[in-house]
Amino acid sequence: MEALVAAAVGIMTASGIYLVLRFRAYPVILGLAMLTYAVNVFLFASGRLAVDLPAVLSPDASGYTDPLPQALVLTAIVISFGMTAVVVMMALGAFLESGDDKIDMTETDRTEDDR
Amino acid sequence: MNHWIIAPVILPAILAPIIVLAMRNDVVLQRVFSVAGTVALAAISAGLLWQASHNPPEVYLMGNWPAPFGIVLVLDRLSALLVALTAVLAIVVLLYVIGTGWDRRGRHFHALFHFQLMGICGAFLTGDAFNLFVFFEVLLIASYGLMIHGGGKDRLRAGVQYIAYNLAGSTLFLFALGTLYSVTGTLNMADMAERIAALPEGDVALARVGGTLLILVFAVKGALVPLQFWLPNTYAHAPGPVSALFAIMTKVGAYAILRVYTLIFPPETTTGTFFADLLMPAALVTLAVGMIGVLGATTLARLAAFGAIGSMGTLFLAIVGFSEATAAVALYYLIHSTLAGAMIFLVADMVLERRGSDTLRAVRPPMSQHGLLASLYFVAAIALAGMPPLSGFLGKLLVLDALSGRPDTVIIWSMILATSLVAIVGLARAGSVVFWKAHAVAEAEPEPDQPVQMLSFASVIALAGLIVAITVFAGPLTGWLEGAAAELHDRAAYIGAHDLPVAVEE
Repeated sequence: MEALVAAAVGIMTASGIYLVLRFRAYPVILGLAMLTYAVNVFLFASGRLAVDLPAVLSPDASGYTDPLPQALVLTAIVISFGMTAVVVMMALGAFLESGDDKIDMTETDRTEDDR
Repeated sequence: MNHWIIAPVILPAILAPIIVLAMRNDVVLQRVFSVAGTVALAAISAGLLWQASHNPPEVYLMGNWPAPFGIVLVLDRLSALLVALTAVLAIVVLLYVIGTGWDRRGRHFHALFHFQLMGICGAFLTGDAFNLFVFFEVLLIASYGLMIHGGGKDRLRAGVQYIAYNLAGSTLFLFALGTLYSVTGTLNMADMAERIAALPEGDVALARVGGTLLILVFAVKGALVPLQFWLPNTYAHAPGPVSALFAIMTKVGAYAILRVYTLIFPPETTTGTFFADLLMPAALVTLAVGMIGVLGATTLARLAAFGAIGSMGTLFLAIVGFSEATAAVALYYLIHSTLAGAMIFLVADMVLERRGSDTLRAVRPPMSQHGLLASLYFVAAIALAGMPPLSGFLGKLLVLDALSGRPDTVIIWSMILATSLVAIVGLARAGSVVFWKAHAVAEAEPEPDQPVQMLSFASVIALAGLIVAITVFAGPLTGWLEGAAAELHDRAAYIGAHDLPVAVEE
């Protein structure tokens, strides 16, 4: 169980970082989404892994899992979902304005004299 | 319970949706409500400032849930000061925006502006680590909208870079919080401070990992090298007044480092001086990178952006001392660099507006209101470079004095003094290209002058007046700031205000 969760977080983070370092907006956004998935799973694990236990009071429970990380993950999911939507819109706007979705701005630096 | 503590968060949070929903097509109405809201915010923050300087730290329990189970806001001198600074800067920037008509160049400026204020005030007031993350996201999502206000190819592309960088930073924030929660089992900052201080030997390493991740997050916000790469492009391409408002945003990073690493990870408890040792070289390099950037900048806006990085370097040098004396000095320099940074961004925006370009590579003929702009630039440059007689000089003097007597004083002093010289040369070069050499290429028949925008000039002059005021009243101000720094280092009082339950051994 621990190995599975750790590997999942590790692999998602690694692929997220690889994609974030790419040259075009689309892989970068995918990479950011990947990173947020990784952090959501990581937050779950921060309350210790407990299998098949309820988070809120239940009369026939043998033990409880920590409910706080679940609330945190919920908040994190909502925020990262909103942020991803914003970055998609922004990247789309930049793509429509400039005709390509390159993430760097080297040619802008060169022509700054004409600004 | 004093309900005014939450007012700086609630007021913009209510005002912004009203502006979006009820008056989205009427700019005049938006302006009236926006100015009224900001003035009300300033009045509230003045009241909080008065209250904080006469009372010990005060805790506001949201929903009346006792700490550490509920979310708390904490009002002490430091947070009250920064909320007040935010409100003052917001009024100036808002007047400038109305004076220049920046709010007509895109939609929803005023709503985004108030959401931004909500996030900033919340980040300064909160006493809960996860709530700090939430307010960071609020201020960031508003800043994304403000940054691309007015549109344009370069601005949108710089915006995408800015968002991508900060989204990665937010992810890091969550990793840091997860790590700290797994070690301490709490997210309340006061509770976390107590638990870190009593941490068993084996868990200290994990707490340090969490603390280091958190430093990285705050370093992204505070533009600390090597995480400063987002700043020059963002600030140079954002609308001028928005960059001026962002001058307080880098200070959120500085504030967070000051708060978290004095309260939760102070040098005298389990984690030791590890974090101070980590930050010191980064601050030195930040200072050098910023000021060399000022010298090499190709446009006036980029010069202002690199100036912001450089002043963050000086600020972090003062913060990293992590003692009462250095914290007081850091707060003085923080106020100064916010005002000076905002002023130079506004001047750069006025130059861009009148000259058609703010490039420093080519000389252009004189612009409308040339002399007035030149003198305002002169004032801002003196303040930014830290030359007498303005507050930048006093601030740097205080920083040098507070950091003397350390083993690394020689390095710090030579770095601050050398970079000040580099900054003076850079600012002088930019000023002579834009304002002085312009007379050499003056056209025989100059274009007719644009009308003077009274309101925008008045707001920039008001900023200059504020800089003069903190110079003239430096004595009383630093006296008050010493009290704030003493309160910041009085961890027992801060933690005691939370009324935490006494741990019961099972």
